[in-house]
Amino acid sequence: MLAAQSDEIRTDFQSIILNLQYYWSLQGAVILQPYDMEVGAGTFHPATTLRALGPDDVWRAAYVQPSRRPSDGRYGENPNRLQHYYQFQVIFKPSPADSQALYLGSLKAIGLDPESHDIRFVEDDWESPTLGAWGLGWEVWCDGMEVSQFTYFQQVGGIECDPVPLELTYGLERLAMYIQGVENVYDLDWDGVPTSQGGKTYGDIFKRAEVEFSGWNFEQADTKILFGHFRDAEAECSRLLSLDVPLALPAYDQCMKASHLFNMLDARGVISVTERAAFIGRVRTLAKGCCEAWIGITETRTNG
Amino acid sequence: MADLLIELVSEEIPARMQAGASRDLARLVEVALTTLGVWTKSSNVTGMCASRHLLAYANDISVFQPDRIIEKRGPRADAPDTAVNGFLNSAGIDRSALIEEDTPKGRFFFARSEIKGREVVPLLVPAITELLNHFPWPKSQRWGRGKFRWVRPLHRINLLFDGKPMSGKLDLGGGADIQFGATSCGHYFEAPDDIDLSGITSLDDVKMRFRNAFVMIDPEERHITALSGAQALADSKLCKVNEAHHGSYLTDIEGLIEWPTPLMGQIEKRFMALPPELLQSTIVTHQKYITLSEADGSFSRYFIVLSNRLPDAARDEVIIAGNQRVLRARLADAEFFWQLDQARSLESYLSSLLEVTFYKGLGTLHDKALRMEALAIEIAPYVASVDPKTAARAARLAKADLVTGLVGEFPELQGIIGGYYAVASGEEQIVSDAITTHYCPQGPADDLPATATAMVVSLADKIDTLVGFFGIGAKPTGSKDPFALRRAALGVIRIIVDGQVTLPLATVLQTAAKGYGFAVVEADLLPFIRDRLRGYLRDQQMRHDVVAAALADVDGDDVCLMAARAAALAMFLGASDGDGLMACWRRVSSILSAEEKKAKTVIAASFDPALFNETEQVLFARLSAMADNQASIDIQLGELGALRSPIDVFFEKIVVNDDDPEIRLNRLGLLATVREKMLAVADFSKIEG
Repeated sequence: MLAAQSDEIRTDFQSIILNLQYYWSLQGAVILQPYDMEVGAGTFHPATTLRALGPDDVWRAAYVQPSRRPSDGRYGENPNRLQHYYQFQVIFKPSPADSQALYLGSLKAIGLDPESHDIRFVEDDWESPTLGAWGLGWEVWCDGMEVSQFTYFQQVGGIECDPVPLELTYGLERLAMYIQGVENVYDLDWDGVPTSQGGKTYGDIFKRAEVEFSGWNFEQADTKILFGHFRDAEAECSRLLSLDVPLALPAYDQCMKASHLFNMLDARGVISVTERAAFIGRVRTLAKGCCEAWIGITETRTNG
Repeated sequence: MADLLIELVSEEIPARMQAGASRDLARLVEVALTTLGVWTKSSNVTGMCASRHLLAYANDISVFQPDRIIEKRGPRADAPDTAVNGFLNSAGIDRSALIEEDTPKGRFFFARSEIKGREVVPLLVPAITELLNHFPWPKSQRWGRGKFRWVRPLHRINLLFDGKPMSGKLDLGGGADIQFGATSCGHYFEAPDDIDLSGITSLDDVKMRFRNAFVMIDPEERHITALSGAQALADSKLCKVNEAHHGSYLTDIEGLIEWPTPLMGQIEKRFMALPPELLQSTIVTHQKYITLSEADGSFSRYFIVLSNRLPDAARDEVIIAGNQRVLRARLADAEFFWQLDQARSLESYLSSLLEVTFYKGLGTLHDKALRMEALAIEIAPYVASVDPKTAARAARLAKADLVTGLVGEFPELQGIIGGYYAVASGEEQIVSDAITTHYCPQGPADDLPATATAMVVSLADKIDTLVGFFGIGAKPTGSKDPFALRRAALGVIRIIVDGQVTLPLATVLQTAAKGYGFAVVEADLLPFIRDRLRGYLRDQQMRHDVVAAALADVDGDDVCLMAARAAALAMFLGASDGDGLMACWRRVSSILSAEEKKAKTVIAASFDPALFNETEQVLFARLSAMADNQASIDIQLGELGALRSPIDVFFEKIVVNDDDPEIRLNRLGLLATVREKMLAVADFSKIEG
């Protein structure tokens, strides 16, 4: 039986995803699949970053996005921290007049009935220096725990958003842990099937990956190669943007690559505090170029 | 007379902005009503804010604008009829209403008309719309397709005059608008129905209607309810609310809640081994709970969550369990770093400081630690009962905790964590105490560093920072002070003045500059510190002219002496001798400056005692007997005050402008000497009145 069709709301990890997808599809969202590249946050998905700007006057989308945060890896030993986790991302442009009510409805859809809890909207302004983006909003607290980020985008890629999109980000593992009453992320019930019948926990699926990727992120990743990849991605992105007819989407892929490579280098501890800002600035330049190319702002170029 | 209510419903307003927004709205409403001419002597306005509501209520507003008389000048009284008729036409009056009046330019015709004050109601909507379009939010946003900016999306505007709704609308741009109305909304979950505001009769009535819908619109009421509820729960465990520890956080907490219901939670026992500052920081700053003390003053295991719901046993249990769970995860994280960090000695973190830049051009934090160490050795001898070696040790280790895991997670605990780790690493208690409070004072109201050694480390830290940033030209400009240099300078001043430290500041600054490899101290730094001293003294309610007089010596670097001089001068001028002293100054300086103006030269403070008569001898004798400027400021001022009677006698019995130019000049020379003596103590020319 489909999770969304059952009378009782199922709270296993995959049902939470299915329920969110179902709920937001009913609100008119395009349900997308994860973007097939490593990104640090769901916001990087072109369906958010680029579509926040144009060309559609109306854009509603929802999707799951695996997020990679190499520095957050803890070799599978920390019950709360992961170098790879899932975000559920919603983008509604223009932001609906009843944004908050829509959001609260989604909590109810996954088994967190706001009537039975203490929900707060606590000021938290969002900023992504690498994307040249910022917005105002809140972190949403349920009984003292942050369950979502709620942001009215104001700028992306240094460009004013008009109309203004609403972005919602659910940290799925944390949310699921609260709903399931689990203290360790690896104990999360993934599929709702009892272990005795071959059911899987989050740990069954991801623990080994967390251990191995932590090792790679912190110890093994060849920094020379990573630096090389970063330069290549940066060069390719710039080249694609400088074409007579810029290729915005392929260029943006390279920008995402550069951003992730920077995160890897950061985890390896080879970027000093002073260099850090410069690297972020380089990625931001790429992101701004991609956003400008995407909406058709091209710099005047002299013909050779 | 009528009352005006403006009430705005938006999505959640950040708690830290609510008090300011209430004040701004009240002020702007007063300005708008004053501009319209309907603000009366008995008018009064109050602003209030809750998380989704911002309102201002104004009493005793005049319903009509005042009548005005408008006068128009026409042609000269002797102008030809055509000109006069033209004026009559344009002014719309008969010849009989024309008035003739003399002016400095001759006799003119005037038309005078009385304009009846208009009813204010139709003028209010444009005035309020204008106000909303320019509301000074610290940060604002657009939403939807609109261009209008507000702190968060704005949904309703309620405007009532004398209890009656006023129609109007605010254009949001992008084809959207908000129609003014008279219905607000209650608690999101507890009272989903609208609140009808029409017919309101008073602010109390407004508060009651909101209260009936489970919104405490008055922040004071929320505060009292939250606090008394929290204390009642605390009583059940024989605990006390740590009110003083919460400061502005309590306002922040109450700003998130429309209807505070205090619930009690518990910290797991094993976490009680963590430092209380860490518990406090986690619980208050990060989780926004209220902490309690046990009867013996120790940190209590119990804490209070303010829920934003009505009491409900089953739900409250869920809310408490949820909050305890989050707290447990946070404290487990803190505990992890607390234990991990202490596997190494505090000193071993020094090498990690090599990798952290203090600021571009100012070296690493390791460099700063070494510079602070050197400065502490230099400063220590000037602070009573400080061992330079101990101070140097503390200064060297003061920044080491910045690279520990715990301070990385809880930056607000810098220093405090260093103090704990110092003890755990076997450092002396005195070193630990100095590290703990060396960031103090962080503001005008903050405590001084707790020990003499901490003062030395704090001075070394702040002086190093000031000299460094001034050295690379990063001094504060206007309202911009990104490195908090004003606060650092004020910290130096407060430690020196309140701690009675007689520090040769210019020399210490020079040593600090040498530490950076700068040839000299940036020329603006000492004047900057003196300027902060002026501000500090004025904040002590000292008259600005007294401060200016006491700090007139532009080369002075003894902050303690300057402050003492200002205090003594203020005291002296406030006492009965003060008037006499100022009377002397005025007599002496006015005659001298008049003569100097005439002669276009400065009268030298020189004279020949042989030319003195008996009266002059008396004054001369008093002057010669005065103490030198090494004496205390009180003694010097006392002696100056005692000059009053010989000077009064001098002016009574002697005509300065003697016929003999030699005697005249000699007398002026004697008075110039008096002036010189006075100026050596303070610049009395700066004293007003």
